[in-house]
Amino acid sequence: MIPAHRERDFEALEAAFREMLVARGVLSDRDVEERVERMHACRPALGAQVVARAWFDPDFRARLLADGSAAVRELGIDVGALKLVVVANDERTHNLIVCTLCSCYPRMLLGMAPDWYKSVAYRARAVREPRAVLAEFGVVLPPGVAVRVHDSTADMRYLVLPMRPRGTEGLDEAACAALVTRDAMIGVAIPEAGPART
Amino acid sequence: MTYAFAAGDRVRVTERSATGHTRTPRYIKGKCGVVERVCGAFRNPEELAYGRTDGPCIPLYRVRFSLSDVWRSDAARPGAAVAADTVDVELYEHWLERDGTS
Repeated sequence: MIPAHRERDFEALEAAFREMLVARGVLSDRDVEERVERMHACRPALGAQVVARAWFDPDFRARLLADGSAAVRELGIDVGALKLVVVANDERTHNLIVCTLCSCYPRMLLGMAPDWYKSVAYRARAVREPRAVLAEFGVVLPPGVAVRVHDSTADMRYLVLPMRPRGTEGLDEAACAALVTRDAMIGVAIPEAGPART
Repeated sequence: MTYAFAAGDRVRVTERSATGHTRTPRYIKGKCGVVERVCGAFRNPEELAYGRTDGPCIPLYRVRFSLSDVWRSDAARPGAAVAADTVDVELYEHWLERDGTS
């Protein structure tokens, strides 16, 4: 972690650098604002929309698993140059996403990464003792379910496609999307047929 | 683009050390795994990090490793990986060699 006084140094450095770029006409203040707005428009509801569509449309699900970026664009979601790999949970497989080297994260679909995702503890432990990490998040897997950890070391970004919870047969696609949490799409939670918690 | 490996091939991660912006985590060096998929070709991040943006695209793979194999010394620890647990790591071709041990 960066100590607080160093964080202030970085803030000052960022402001000085940005102001210099604006002064020299490389960027405008408006460019910066637009970029920040675009970043804030990305939120887990986008990922949840993708997951719910895959639960309702088996053909979409097949396309999503074959080429994540292309399938997500079908829904009108702008993912830029994102190379998305979608990994599906099933009765025998549970997927977990981490970036051990830094904090790569599918921001276009989930928004900003939570602090714990960027922590050294999560990054180190997710690849070494994923079952213990999952248990701390409240997900206890029986030995018959294999854990597949995905380390986002290079150009791909990952999204977990959780299983549709039992008891949601009467719900429509939008109601199902509301059950899909950010954590479920990272793989540290399992969606439940109650209201979403995060 | 010529790819040296295909899905299903057994590979070993080169054990050399490297400085700079390498995307090969240390915990996977020297380990053997199976190519899960060919991801395509991308510019080498080890070059991009230093502003050399005109280099060639190079093959990138996702390689699947057995967790109990990667962390053998953890076998007795509570919460240790079971045999079917895996980690998939994205690795560039110049970090991989063919695994002839099995």
